[in-house]
Amino acid sequence: MAIQILLNFFIALIWMFLSINFTGQGLIIGYLLGLVMLYIMRNMFTSRFYLHRLWAVIKLTCLFFKELWLANIAVVKIALATKNTMEPAFFEYPTVLEKDWEVTLLSSLITLTPGTIVVHVSDDSKLLYIHAIDIDDVDATIRSIKDSFEEAILEVSRS
Amino acid sequence: MMILINTLIILSIALGTFFIIVTAIGLIRFPDVYTRAHAASKSATLGVMFILIGAFIYFWAEEGVYNPRLLLGILFLFITGPVGGHLMARAAYFSGVKPWKGTVKDDLKKEYDRKKACEK
Repeated sequence: MAIQILLNFFIALIWMFLSINFTGQGLIIGYLLGLVMLYIMRNMFTSRFYLHRLWAVIKLTCLFFKELWLANIAVVKIALATKNTMEPAFFEYPTVLEKDWEVTLLSSLITLTPGTIVVHVSDDSKLLYIHAIDIDDVDATIRSIKDSFEEAILEVSRS
Repeated sequence: MMILINTLIILSIALGTFFIIVTAIGLIRFPDVYTRAHAASKSATLGVMFILIGAFIYFWAEEGVYNPRLLLGILFLFITGPVGGHLMARAAYFSGVKPWKGTVKDDLKKEYDRKKACEK
C-alpha cells in the first residue's frame, strides 16, 4: 500500500515538472492523473489498489464513532437506572486476528463499545478475556463483535 | 448561520458535560472496580471529546483562530482512553481484587490460577 502512495506522489511530482506548474493545484491534478494511471495498472501490484483499503479505513472509523455513541447511551441508561439489574461477567472471546496491531486495535474497539471491556489478552493472543457489564447472551455478544469489528479490521488488513 | 454555529457549540459542550456527570454518577453507583472501569473509560472519553470539539468550533467561528492542537488532543484521548481502562482493570484482577458477588460467569479465573501457579 505504501509503495503505491509513494508512486502516486512521484507521478504528481513528474506532472508538476512537465507542466512547469509548481502550485498546489498542479500537485492535485498530477495526483489525480497518477490515481488513474495506478488504477489502470492495478494488476501489476501484488497488493490491492490502495483506495479500497483507504475506503475500508474510513468505514472502520465511521463504525467506531457509531459504536462509541451507542456505548455511551448504554452506560447512561445503566448509571441512571433506579434499580440495579446488571449482571456482570467475564467471558472468553477467541479471535482469528494474527498480527499484534490488529489485536490491539480490536481490543481498543471492544473497550469503547457497548458494555464490554478487555481485561486480559492470553499469552499467544488467541483469546481475549472480556468483562461485560450486562450479560444477556454471551454468544450474541461474541457474534456481534465478530460480524462488525473483526470483519472491518480484516477488510483493512487484507492485502 | 451564526445562530446555527452557536447552537452547535452550546449543544456539544452541554452534551460533553452531561456525559462527564454521568461518568461521576456511575463511578459512585457501580458496585466494583470492573463495572466502574466501564463508566470511566467510555463516558469520560466521549464527554471530553465533545467539550474539546465545542471549544474548537468556538475558537474557530468566534475568534477566527484555527487550533489543530484540540483535534490532536481528541486523537490522543482516543488512543489512550481505552488502554488506560484496560490496564487498570487488568492490574486490579491480577493483584487479586475480587469481582462483585453478582458476577455470573468468570472465565478469567482459571487463567489467573494458572498464572499464579507459574509464579510459584
